[in-house]
Amino acid sequence: MDIATQTETAPPPPPVTTEQKRASRGATRPGDRIFLGLSRGSGILLLVIMAAIAAFLTYRAGLALADNTGNFLTTFEWDANAIPPKFGIAVLAFGTVVSSIIALVIAVPVAVGIALFISHYAPRKLAAPIAYVIDLLAAVPSIVYGLWGALVVAPNLTGLYSWLDSVLGWTGIFSYQGGAPRSLMTVGILLAIMILPIITNVSREVFLQAPKMHEEAALALGATRWEVIRMSVIPFGRSGIISASMLGLGRALGETIAVATVLSPNFLIGASLLDPGGGTFAQNIASKFNEASEYGRDALIASGLVLFLITLLVNGAARMIIARRKEYSGANA
Amino acid sequence: MSTTAPTAQAVTPDTLRAPRLPRWASPLVALGSAAAAVGVGLGTGLHSRVQWGLIAALLFVVASYVLATVVEGKRQAKDRFATSMVWMTFLLAVIPLASLIWETVERGSKVFSPYFLSHSMGVVADREVGGGINHAIIGTLQQVALASLIAVPIGLLTAIYLVEYGRGKLAKAVTFFVDVMTGIPSIVAGLFVLSFWILILGFDFSGWAGAMALSILMMPVVVRSTEEMLKLVPNELREASLALGVPKWRTILKVVLPTAIGGITTGVMLAVARIAGETAPVLLLVWVNPFINTNPFDGAQGSLPLYIYQQYAAGSEASYDRAWAAALALIGFIMILNLVARGIARWKAPKTGR
Repeated sequence: MDIATQTETAPPPPPVTTEQKRASRGATRPGDRIFLGLSRGSGILLLVIMAAIAAFLTYRAGLALADNTGNFLTTFEWDANAIPPKFGIAVLAFGTVVSSIIALVIAVPVAVGIALFISHYAPRKLAAPIAYVIDLLAAVPSIVYGLWGALVVAPNLTGLYSWLDSVLGWTGIFSYQGGAPRSLMTVGILLAIMILPIITNVSREVFLQAPKMHEEAALALGATRWEVIRMSVIPFGRSGIISASMLGLGRALGETIAVATVLSPNFLIGASLLDPGGGTFAQNIASKFNEASEYGRDALIASGLVLFLITLLVNGAARMIIARRKEYSGANA
Repeated sequence: MSTTAPTAQAVTPDTLRAPRLPRWASPLVALGSAAAAVGVGLGTGLHSRVQWGLIAALLFVVASYVLATVVEGKRQAKDRFATSMVWMTFLLAVIPLASLIWETVERGSKVFSPYFLSHSMGVVADREVGGGINHAIIGTLQQVALASLIAVPIGLLTAIYLVEYGRGKLAKAVTFFVDVMTGIPSIVAGLFVLSFWILILGFDFSGWAGAMALSILMMPVVVRSTEEMLKLVPNELREASLALGVPKWRTILKVVLPTAIGGITTGVMLAVARIAGETAPVLLLVWVNPFINTNPFDGAQGSLPLYIYQQYAAGSEASYDRAWAAALALIGFIMILNLVARGIARWKAPKTGR
């Protein structure tokens, strides 16, 4: 009781001024203030760059769209150099989405398999070198993938495509006329190889975080290794796999030069995935840039803005899923 | 529990274990299916070795599944099936890497020589043999160096802000947008610099314009890797330094950064390796120059990735050879950077003290 009354009668602490707050943080010295300013400034600079990208692209895209005589979303043409210009992104959107989906369908199961291989199957001593091999796959520049895809992979795919045509050709999707298969399917296969490392790395991290106790409990109950993975690792890692796939999707959507090298583009939406033709946002920019007039460049910037917004959405969503569950990022992947 | 003991006693210990395939079963099945695949391949006249491999893999998976079902039961069979599928995915990923490196080395070594490294394409038409990548190497090195000059200080300071100072909304926003920034397509970074530097401010195509776009791609990578490294520095070091009355900024510069310098160097080198292979922004901003231009601030330059793209697009036998040789040079450069970076990481790994 005595103590309680004493504390009650004690004078209230003086209000803390901002000056004192700052002093307690230890940022009063000029050196500290300069350093804090510099580092905070560069953080802000990054935000400014992101905002500037959006702003400048929107401004130039607006210039192009104002004079467009076609419908930007539905026109099946790209005559941006003509007077009056007429262009639309329908074909590009179709090609981008289709090739990315093919890439994801191929890459996600394989990447999850490799991630499981590294985290649960491979002998301990081999896990690190194998992860390094997968990292090497990420280090290869996209232009080299493009060269390899166009001159090595594509010629070797004719056999597979003829076979697909003879078996599934009646669907229309898999019909193949012969000739160099510089098609959306080939692009999808190449993109799958290119996005494999990022999906693998992110899922591997998540699998390694799966609670050991769950796995041991399942093993103790007599589960086989596969049952352990199916019952405790995969359910835990599901959101990780989803966000990893979305990061991979972001890469696939924006891949430029490998697609531009492999695809033989046209401005039609064909039913067949195996026949050459189609285009993607990034590929179209790279292929059309050299002969674009100043106005044509603005039109390409408009399509680039669409690409920017799509990848922003996909990546943002993926990062939010990751951030919600764990403090982990695959930026080093 | 003791009530179950009599029944357990009645059974001999050997039958308690489920029947298992012997250890040599798997290699034997693998060998058998490989032999069968070779037989099928030779018999039906399939030329592609890839098809032989696929047949062998298929035979192996099916055979071990059937064998395991018969001997060990359904659950074990499923487990074996999953194991072989997981191994298969790994082999599937190695094939493209091996093929890519093999083809690049084999086709690239045809014209790869000191002459190729020391000459430009200035007076060589695309269809002729000869010429080299000297102009492209100079261009790439300068552009990457300039990009690093911009991106490394900004990236380092941002990472320091996030780890040492960052609290509240600003830090959260920066963290989020750094993550999003890693996903920006390189062509969009190129379009951004194109729109403001060339179209609005009216400057000419130059190595410097390309370097700006590359630095945008490099910054988030540097921030992320530096951040990871700074987080590894034990707090005791910071506290000890601050307790001695050292100002915070000197603590960061003299204690925190030196401790993490190995990892930071690795991160920077990996970032350099990544942007050195970027083609798209260079294509939009540096234009094309077959001659040697040593001034990145004035006029079009060469660039190694761009050179590969162009030689490929030229479409003659001689230009394909040059494209492969340049690809070999580029991959070699990037792999060396990678190896050195990882060597440094291992050599100077921070001692966490935990």
